[in-house]
Amino acid sequence: MAQVQDIEIPDSASRSAKAVDDLADIEGDRMVLNMGPSHPATHGVLRIVLELDGEEITKADPDVGYLHRGDEKIAENMTYTQFIPYTDRLDYLAPLANNVAYALAVEKALGIHDKLTPRCQYIRVMCCELARISSHLLGLGAFAMDVGAVTVFLLVFTEREKIYNLAEAASGARFTTSYTRIGGLLRDIPPTWCDQVRAFIKECSKAIAEVEVLLTRNRIWVDRLRGLGHISKEMAIDYALSGPNLRGSGIDWDLRKNQPYLCYSELNFDIPVGSTGDCYDRYLVRMEEMRQSLRILEQCVNKIPGGAENTAKEPVNIADGKVVLPPKSKVLSSMEELIHQFMLVTEGVNVPPGDTYFGHENPKGELGFYIHSKGGGVPHRMKIRSPSFINLSILGELMPGHMISDVPVILGSLDFVMGESDR
Amino acid sequence: MTSLELAQKLKAKFGDLIAGPSEYRGEISVAVSNAQEIAVVCEFAKKQLGFDYLVDITSIDNYGADPRWAVVYHLRNIVNGLEIRIKASVSEEKSELPSVLAVWRTSNWHEREIYDMMGIRFTGHPDLRRILMWEGYPYFPLRKDFPLAGKPTDLPGVAFTRPAPLEGGPFVTLPSDAGAINREPRVRTVEN
Repeated sequence: MAQVQDIEIPDSASRSAKAVDDLADIEGDRMVLNMGPSHPATHGVLRIVLELDGEEITKADPDVGYLHRGDEKIAENMTYTQFIPYTDRLDYLAPLANNVAYALAVEKALGIHDKLTPRCQYIRVMCCELARISSHLLGLGAFAMDVGAVTVFLLVFTEREKIYNLAEAASGARFTTSYTRIGGLLRDIPPTWCDQVRAFIKECSKAIAEVEVLLTRNRIWVDRLRGLGHISKEMAIDYALSGPNLRGSGIDWDLRKNQPYLCYSELNFDIPVGSTGDCYDRYLVRMEEMRQSLRILEQCVNKIPGGAENTAKEPVNIADGKVVLPPKSKVLSSMEELIHQFMLVTEGVNVPPGDTYFGHENPKGELGFYIHSKGGGVPHRMKIRSPSFINLSILGELMPGHMISDVPVILGSLDFVMGESDR
Repeated sequence: MTSLELAQKLKAKFGDLIAGPSEYRGEISVAVSNAQEIAVVCEFAKKQLGFDYLVDITSIDNYGADPRWAVVYHLRNIVNGLEIRIKASVSEEKSELPSVLAVWRTSNWHEREIYDMMGIRFTGHPDLRRILMWEGYPYFPLRKDFPLAGKPTDLPGVAFTRPAPLEGGPFVTLPSDAGAINREPRVRTVEN
């Protein structure tokens, strides 16, 4: 017979107040503990200044910026195409998804985002979903390792290696892919790529099932995660969380469904949402998202226009010489193409004056690019709305009331990456 | 209900304070003529128009123009997905506008970032410290008159003392009569 058990999750503020009350009669000073910037559980260079009362956290002050490289300043000083390699280094666990997000943002500013060729859209969706799986796998592996389950880390890295191989086959680089171009892609996928993706889908589903067996009903894992880092719906919206962290709190919001771009409206997939908004819910949401990503991949390899080998010669780039570089053979034989190539390389794509914002559902949340153009090939201002930065801003309110040993669990469940947070 | 109708409601409520709405690429923007009222406008947008999700706050440096700063708010309704953009202009002498921290708590770090990068202050923000740069850093690096190469300083370790080794790197050069090294953006300032 099923047993129903109510779990009581007091909010962090009242938990903190209670902790302070309980300890009121104990004499002693609060201790300030400096965690990071170089700490294995902070997954990069995040520093948190914790104020402790015994083992209880009473105040947390996250300190970001150790990986600040001035990406927005750099973007103002180069053409739109030249910035693509910098997007690889934002969320460096999902470079393919960043490439797609950036290309779509510039294409929106150009007004050509709904004119992309169907084959390009499918390839981009596959890239995004592979990146999502890759990012979630690493986030999960590192999370589990911080909590004490090292095996998961080894399992997920085997699968990520296959994703790197796929990225290498498509773009030529395993890590810094720079696969997209404004108006299309660097090149079409190689003929056997779809078969490799099919094989990967099979192997990855097995691996996810294995991780599921290891963790989802594992007593230690569940006890460690459940009821920790509780984020209510109101708090998630107020802090503008995005991605799995928002959905873990029970808000049904996914840009792929709510503001469909590329060919997502032609694909069937579900958006998992959590119910309580604790660390365990965020873990479950990520697990389900990986399965849904595999589902999307499966549909894409079957439906891709032109087929796996593109026998129908479907184009991947839009046919606009003012946006996409012409083929080299034509540059050397035709005047018009030569001019287009010269203009694109020296001055860049001419983006008309105006403001556009494009938000993309990245593995970590909503990666947005706000482009303020005054015309020409260089943005006057480009703001990167990085999901990790915004997701981290909740720490100051989320941490108090927890034990110091809960910090790695909460950090792992938020799944951030500092390259993107600090830009 | 569309974003445009909501923008018109905003206009109906505040009258001349709101300029617009204008539409570009399917996005609705309005401008607030007096930046001192931005918190009131935002509170109305949240409470009455349902924009409960603050996507982003950005600042733009219109160097050489007056007013110099523009602060841009991206608002969204998380249930129906309607979005609106609110722009507020701030003059360089003032460089100050009210914080919207009381409306959306997410604005905390955004406002700190804008202060850090461009030096626009937010009144009513309880903790307006630098966030990406370190405490004690003397400049606002995202201003247009701050050169890409950094600025020389007498204090080693506080800011760059010489151009970083990327000089002559793969950045955009402007067409002019100057030599290649002087056209390269790391040595370029707004003045030259």
